[in-house]
Amino acid sequence: MIKFPIYLDYSATTPVDPRVAAKMIPYLTEKFGNPASRSHSYGWEAEKAVEDAREEVAQLVNADSKEIIWTSGATESNNLAIKGAANFYQGKGKHLITMKTEHKAVLDTMRELERVGFEVTYLDPLENGLIDLAKFKAALRADTIVVSIMYVNNEIGVIQPIEEIGEICRDKGIIFHVDAAQATGKVAFDLNKLKVDLMSFSAHKTYGPKGIGALYVRRKPRVRLEAQMHGGGHERGLRSGTLATHQIVGMGEAFRIARTEMATENERIRMLRDRLWNGLSGIEEVVLNGDMEQRVAHNLNVSFAFVEGESLIMAIKDVAVSSGSACTSASLEPSYVLRALGRPDELAHSSIRFTIGRFTTEEEIDYTIDLLRNKIGKLRELSPLWEMHQEGIDLNTVQWAAH
Amino acid sequence: MFAPTYFDHNATTPLDARVLDAMLPYLQTRYGNASSRHEYGRTARSAIDTARQQVAAAVGAHPTEIIFTSGGSEANNLFIRGTAATLRPACVAVSAIEHPCVREPAKELVRQGWRLHEIAVDANGVINTDDYALALAEPARLISIMLANNETGVLQDIPALAAQAREYGGGAWFHSDAVQALGKLPLDFRALNASGVHALTVSSHKIYGPQGAAALVLDKRLDLRPLISGGGQERNLRSGTENVAAIVGFGVACELATQQLRDEAPRQMRLREKLESGLAATGATIFGRAATRLPNTTFFAVADIDGETLVAQLDRAGFAVASGSACSSVSPAPSRTLMAMGVEMNVARGAVRISVGRGNSEEDVERFLQAFGETIVKLKSMAALAA
Repeated sequence: MIKFPIYLDYSATTPVDPRVAAKMIPYLTEKFGNPASRSHSYGWEAEKAVEDAREEVAQLVNADSKEIIWTSGATESNNLAIKGAANFYQGKGKHLITMKTEHKAVLDTMRELERVGFEVTYLDPLENGLIDLAKFKAALRADTIVVSIMYVNNEIGVIQPIEEIGEICRDKGIIFHVDAAQATGKVAFDLNKLKVDLMSFSAHKTYGPKGIGALYVRRKPRVRLEAQMHGGGHERGLRSGTLATHQIVGMGEAFRIARTEMATENERIRMLRDRLWNGLSGIEEVVLNGDMEQRVAHNLNVSFAFVEGESLIMAIKDVAVSSGSACTSASLEPSYVLRALGRPDELAHSSIRFTIGRFTTEEEIDYTIDLLRNKIGKLRELSPLWEMHQEGIDLNTVQWAAH
Repeated sequence: MFAPTYFDHNATTPLDARVLDAMLPYLQTRYGNASSRHEYGRTARSAIDTARQQVAAAVGAHPTEIIFTSGGSEANNLFIRGTAATLRPACVAVSAIEHPCVREPAKELVRQGWRLHEIAVDANGVINTDDYALALAEPARLISIMLANNETGVLQDIPALAAQAREYGGGAWFHSDAVQALGKLPLDFRALNASGVHALTVSSHKIYGPQGAAALVLDKRLDLRPLISGGGQERNLRSGTENVAAIVGFGVACELATQQLRDEAPRQMRLREKLESGLAATGATIFGRAATRLPNTTFFAVADIDGETLVAQLDRAGFAVASGSACSSVSPAPSRTLMAMGVEMNVARGAVRISVGRGNSEEDVERFLQAFGETIVKLKSMAALAA
């Protein structure tokens, strides 16, 4: 039995794994203490749960639990890492480097820093979405203090060469931050080996609850940050505020499950993704966005030429996916990520992001393929552009009349 | 399992079972990201909208005046740092008894060129009006005074203070941390706003809701910079994927708090009176007793008895209470609130806080007083032996 709409939007958020929910519930009922309460067992019990979870998060990425700082989510982690490092090290320089395809949590934070006098270089990716290392090296300056590059892109799923970037940054004494919100449970990595100084994590992209994330802050060599939230001095003074115990417990359990099941799970998901791509690539004029090799198994981002993305989304209501237009306001803007890859607006508009996860079934994939084939055919029948294309007219040569 | 009697509701409260029921679907089947436009996303968005209305109704505000944050500390930081970022450095005035999540961001502003005026309180913990007038004369551009103190429960006359700031001040933005007030007193942002209060902080986990959700109730005329950027949620004042389950829980907790306030406030007040007459009989000093206080909070000390030791003994006897020291480090420092009230150091070191809540009964108080009496006798005889 398929449950509709079929959820293929695991990069937006994931369901909480039932094992995670089960582990959280006692901390919402009888174990409700404030972990900062030092005078009674309710507090001690909560504190222990928080520390156990910290250990689980650290283990997934092979860090020391003392290097894990709880936050309310990856957006806060990104803000704390970038603003915190930029403010702390501003005596050394004013320049930061990132990519145009980063998440808004990084890009908007960079914009905030520009407002207060920092300078930021936004690198264009290669056509496949990966960083151009030569361009990156050329962008480095004597006053570069922070580099922020995401591990896995949320829209196109490409995996950036974090190891190489880390080597370059460490060599020059530049703080290297990585947004790994989309990487945990999908890419295996080891912070003992990677030369990453700061790394952002999210629970709700890895089958944990929303409202909780973490920031990895390297101890050797020691990385310093200026706190962005002040108060009771929680989290070694880096992030004040009562810790949400049940959410932290949930993140710990989610990361434990990721550690133990990632290898087999990713194989299964890769199979489903390949099945989906096999089914869709048979449709005419279909373009894959982002590198297919350097890519997580969960993601397929496809543009269906001659189909308008919004109409397609409406036509495939049985499937919950994201389109390439970020409709945050009344105006439809094509995805800035796809634009940065050099995709024309029409193709960016007609893109769909399918993200597969733990609870996706083969049956759901097959249903999705049939639905897409059928609806795209129908939508194209209605499209005069498709008709012209079929007749062999190169649309780029057409002189459109202005009205 | 033996569960100690919980007398620490100002630290955090147990989750109401009805709140949990409302939250569970959002931890199970309704898992969408509220920014997604498909059915899962729309379900999440509409749940947040409902919660926003519930929170707004509980504090007498319009739903568009509610900015959800991850907690009270974040909301207080957002007000102080976010407002300061739009102003030229001037004077920031906060009371001497504020929670650290108000005091610390205010102190941070000093590094950016601001002057900090810590407004003195009297022996009862009430704002000293002369010193407040001095702060207004600075003139203070940002003012933050808590509605109810977390340790003593002492209330400030916020409408009068805000009105005074508007009349004699230099056009200050006035904020009040109402985290301890929500659910224990009626709150009406509309009326407070009319007196000159521009923002309030309220939090979920102090009102039988989950940890991880709170709100800054904000007059929309206020201009402020976000602390957390990227995504544009919460009118661009607080980015990040919404914590749907916690927000839903906060909404329901607000609704329940309003429903229960009329019965619970006087009931808890009776419990506290019983408690305090028992404590006073053992010679305990009750701090702020002459002031208007929250109905549920009592902060006291027994001469020559160390608060930490007392709290540990009470824990053994099955009562979870709080000590009055901010024991965030190895050496417990005496309560800053008591220091500001001019309480002697040796008395302040004995401070213990009891904050009762919905789950406490008269019998709990009776059992406590019995155990307390025995503990005091024991500690005093131990002290006598040691002497």
